[in-house]
Order: sequence, then C-alpha cells, then structure tokens
Amino acid sequence: MGKTLFEKIWDSHIVEKQNGSSLIYIDRHLVHEVTSPQAFDGLRMNKRKVRRPDLTIATMDHNVPTTDRSLPILDQTSAVQIQTLEENCKDFGIKLFDITSPNQGIVHVIGPQLGITLPGSTIVCGDSHTSTHGAFGALAFGIGTSEVEHVLASQTLWLEKPKPFEIRVEGKRKNPHAVTAKDIVLSIIKNIGTGGGTGTVFEYRGQGITDLSMEQRMTICNMSIEAGARAGLIAPDEKTYDYLRGRQYTPKNYESLVDYWKENLKTDSDAKFEKQFTLHIDDIAPQVSWGTNPGMTCDVTESIPYPDEFSKGDLNQKKGAEKALDYMGLEPGTPIKDIKIDRVFIGSCTNARLEDLIEASKIIKGQKISRNVRAMVVPGSQMVKKQAEEMDLDKIFINANFEWREAGCSMCLGMNPDILSPGERCASTSNRNFEGRQGTGGRTHLVSPVMAAAAAIKGHFVDVREMDLS
Amino acid sequence: MEPFKKVKSIVTPLDKINVDTDQIVPKQFLKLVQKSGFGKFLFYNWRYDENENLKSDFVLNDSKYDHSKILVAGDNFGCGSSREHAVWALQDYGFSVVIAPSFADIFFSNCLKNGILPISLDQKIVEKLQQEMGVIEVDLEKQIIKTPSQEISFEIDSHKKKILLEGLDDIAQTFQFEDKISEFEKESKIPSVL
Repeated sequence: MGKTLFEKIWDSHIVEKQNGSSLIYIDRHLVHEVTSPQAFDGLRMNKRKVRRPDLTIATMDHNVPTTDRSLPILDQTSAVQIQTLEENCKDFGIKLFDITSPNQGIVHVIGPQLGITLPGSTIVCGDSHTSTHGAFGALAFGIGTSEVEHVLASQTLWLEKPKPFEIRVEGKRKNPHAVTAKDIVLSIIKNIGTGGGTGTVFEYRGQGITDLSMEQRMTICNMSIEAGARAGLIAPDEKTYDYLRGRQYTPKNYESLVDYWKENLKTDSDAKFEKQFTLHIDDIAPQVSWGTNPGMTCDVTESIPYPDEFSKGDLNQKKGAEKALDYMGLEPGTPIKDIKIDRVFIGSCTNARLEDLIEASKIIKGQKISRNVRAMVVPGSQMVKKQAEEMDLDKIFINANFEWREAGCSMCLGMNPDILSPGERCASTSNRNFEGRQGTGGRTHLVSPVMAAAAAIKGHFVDVREMDLS
Repeated sequence: MEPFKKVKSIVTPLDKINVDTDQIVPKQFLKLVQKSGFGKFLFYNWRYDENENLKSDFVLNDSKYDHSKILVAGDNFGCGSSREHAVWALQDYGFSVVIAPSFADIFFSNCLKNGILPISLDQKIVEKLQQEMGVIEVDLEKQIIKTPSQEISFEIDSHKKKILLEGLDDIAQTFQFEDKISEFEKESKIPSVL
C-alpha cells in the first residue's frame, strides 16, 4: 500500500523504534525567549551541550515591544527573559536574530522568509503555531519546554505516530480578495471542531489549496493546531520551490534537493488516510468568530447563534456556548454586522505577511478609520515591515490613522504592552479568541486582514464582498 | 523527575470542555525563567476577580478541594498554546493526576515529562467521577483507578509508564542511542542552516 506525504517524512526520520514510540530526528529547531529559558537551565544543570547548534536558530518575538527599538524595554520581567535568551545563545553557540537584527520577527514568519524552512524536513519549536511551516511540505509541530531541552541535547524526540487526516478543499472562490485563506481555515475548524484533529496530522489537498499562494498556505497550516491537529502540511509544488529559491539561508545544493523532493514528496495514489473531511469553497462567506474558541465561528451574514442551536443537543457544548456569550457580552440573534468594535489588530504568525498587508491596504487606501476605533498593524517580521515600507503601505495605514509598529507577536497573545482593556472588543487577524488572550477581559473576534481593515473603517463588521476591492 | 507513586485523594471536578492553556496559566505569568512557583497562577482569571479577590463560584476556591491531587475535567483539556507552564502550574498547585475524556496532544506530552499522569477515559465514566465525593486511588503500576464503588482500568503506553514509574531522565535514556543518531546524521539529506 502507498504512503501519505506525512508518513514518508515520518518514516525517513526514524532513528529508533521502541514499543509504540519512535525516536524522530529533527532537522530544524527554532527557539524563542518564552519557552526556552528552563530548557537551557536543564542543560546546564546536567552539564549537557547543544548537539547541533548549526540546526538551531533563535529569535525574540513573543514579548518584545513593538515600539521604538532604540528605547529600553520598560517591563523588567520581559527584559530579563530577552536578556536570558541572548546569554543562552551566546553560551551554547546558537545563531540569534536579536531585537536589533533586520532578520528579527515572529519565528514562523522568518523561518520561511530566510529559507530555513525546507520541504521534507522535520521542524520543531516551543510554540504550537509551528504547524505554519507545513505549508512547505515539512512536518512541523509545536513542543513543550522539556521537549525543547530534549531536542537541544539530542536533536531527536520520542513520538507516537499521529494518524494522517485528509482535508480536501475543493472548488474556486468567486471573490478571492474578499474570501481568503483565513476564511477557508476558519470554516474547516468550525466544521470539525477544536478537538477534531487531535492525534492527527492534516494534509490539505485539492484545487482550493493548490490555487493558494505560499503565504496563504501558511495561514491555513498555521491554524491546524486550532482544530487540535499536531501538524498540517501541503505537498510542495513549483510555487513552493520558487518561494524558497535564493533566500539568505537556502542551501547551496538547493536544486539537487528540489529534484529529490519532486520525486519523493507526494502522497501516493493508493495511500490511505484514517480520516477525511471535504470543504467546498465556491460559496463560502467571510468568517467571524463570536465565541471563546476558534470553532465558535459563523458567516459574516449570519447572527450570533442560540446556544441550543449551536450545541445540537450536546449539553457540554451548550454550557460552553452560554459561558462564551456571557464572556463576549453578546446576545443570541444579534446580526454579526451589528457588532461594534473598539480595536483592530492586524498582525500575528497567521496574518502578518506582506500579502496580508497589501490586501488590507487596498481596503484602507484613502479612508480613515472610525473615530471610535483604535487600530494597529504589527508586521510579522522586520523584513516584512521593510518590504511594506518600500511599497509605501505604511503611509496608507498611517494616513488612515492606523498605528504602524515594529515586528513581534504583539497583541496576538498580549505578552508585551499591546493588550486590550477589560471589555474592549477587537477585530483581530490572529489565531485564538480564548478568554483573556489579548488582555484580561478583552473580547476577540477572529477575522481575515481584509475583514479587519473594513471593520476598522466602518466601526463594525461588514461583508467585504460588498466593497470594491479591485 | 520523582518516581510516580500511588495517588489517593478526593477529586476536583472541573466541569468545562475545551479548557485551553491560556486559562490554565494566563500569558502575563509566562515571563519567569524558572519552572517553580507557577501554582499561584493556576486558573488565575477564574480564581480571582479584577481586584484579586477569590471568586466564590470557582471550584478551586472551595476549601474542601484544597488537598486534592486529582483533577477531573471535560473533553479536549489543555488545548491551544504549547506552554509547559500550564503543567508546571498544575504540579506546583498539587495535582499529580488529570483525568478527562480527551487531551490536546502537546499538553498530554508535557504532563508526562513532568511526572503528571494524564488519563483519558470514556466521557460517561469521567462524568461519574466528577460526581464522586469519596477518596479514589490511582494505581499506575496496575493501571487501575479504585473508587469506593468500582475499579476502572486505563491505558498507557508501556514506555511512558516506565519513565513515570521510575522517574527516569528522558534525555539520558535517549543518549543510549547516540550511535544511531550519529549514523542517521551521516545519511541525512537536509543540510545545516548555517
């Protein structure tokens, strides 16, 4: 029987097998300031080295301020964590893109941009959104700090093999500028649920996927974890190979690797998936989350659901929906378009790449944001920021009264000063609408960059399909 | 890691599904560079109001559960962020067993690395355990949970069971395969980054 792409990558990285677990070799290890200090401490305590500093890359993204980089970091605990990463990288010989580096940025944005992410490789990071790199046909997944230490010391991990799950995305969007990759992935999560992918690795397939650009594919793979999947990947094609060609850290023998990947990195026609889900995208609408997990999402044309209707008879789901609506301060039956917002955040490893900013800027151009809204753009990396500035996108946003910030995770998780105040409602291009995620008491609605931009101008949600996006 | 011993305690019922790690430890507490002292941040936004007073309606604030070592929660426990701080908080607070119908993958693995036993059981059994008022015993060696009225068996991978029971150093175990790792590296097609 044939193998899936995931199984091929898995099998080609097995170092050893014991009972139900395999010792898997890790080709790329990305490190950031929040989930690594305890791992380096563990190495020190046991007098261990980093086995392969040459396969390890670090940056600081989670709690860096997004304001002027020449100023000192005011939050002392953040400053200590950042300084700790600097010391650890120095002590263990790891390449670090620090806060002043032109390569600094969200770890999942810089990996592909620098050509560090490669098809067919295994990539880990102490961050659940590592699934992003799966867009390049890599097996990429988030790990905890103990596993970070294990990879630093041994360049391997003991893992139980997840099951392959086929997500087919079929059809063609009528308006690809208004209905985006974010809407596709939110639709998938809405359908299979936040635990629907637990114990599996998604392979996204079908015309709806191959039609997407690399940056859009990253948005899809990024949110695999929000459906509970360990990872999500897409078979590489010419778009993948073109994207990685000639980047700063693209390997010297790249073309011979491409030849090898073309032969090997695809799911065999007779391979079997354990699970399957198909989404038809011809008629899907822009999505807006209304609750406190990404599965609590509906079309922009719909109204806030009644808990009974949402839960379909499941008492636990009903209780969850009631609690979510209470937290979100929303009444069932309210049209999504009637929901007023206070804040807009365009950023995060899901939606802060150049294409995202270009698409959002088309909505913003020549407009002003609503008087009642405070809005910010946080580019995913310093490189994205620079490219956007070369295209004068910063001016479009600033003229519309958006704040134009330095790169980092920022208000996606609010570890730095960019947070919501209690009760504030935010249209956010990030990936999680959990309680308090963007600030204690803050209320997050997940949307695409164009939906966020449109909401910033109108002060409430609008259906971007009704706007002129030409 | 300390070897995992039999656990005897009443259960703390957390009657919620999809509890994410942002709830288990909110992000403002992730800036510490050590593993200790996270217990006071456990379920922080559910335990405390905006003035940092205890909320009376949250289960952990009921003093009868003060010495409980077993948390029994709803489906998809530990979803979201990979932060191991969530497990350090549960452990520091005093929990050594978490029972739920299902767990998010990264959280499950993080538990095992820190001597916390995650047990996934059928939803109906979990719901019954949430009602259990008496002391229950979790015996990892025998893979059995004893309640005053019944015995419930549970599954665990034998490798993980051994690591927990013996409190083994995971990395030292892996170093036994160092030759094989080196051999793999010689054959690897993926070049260094630098």
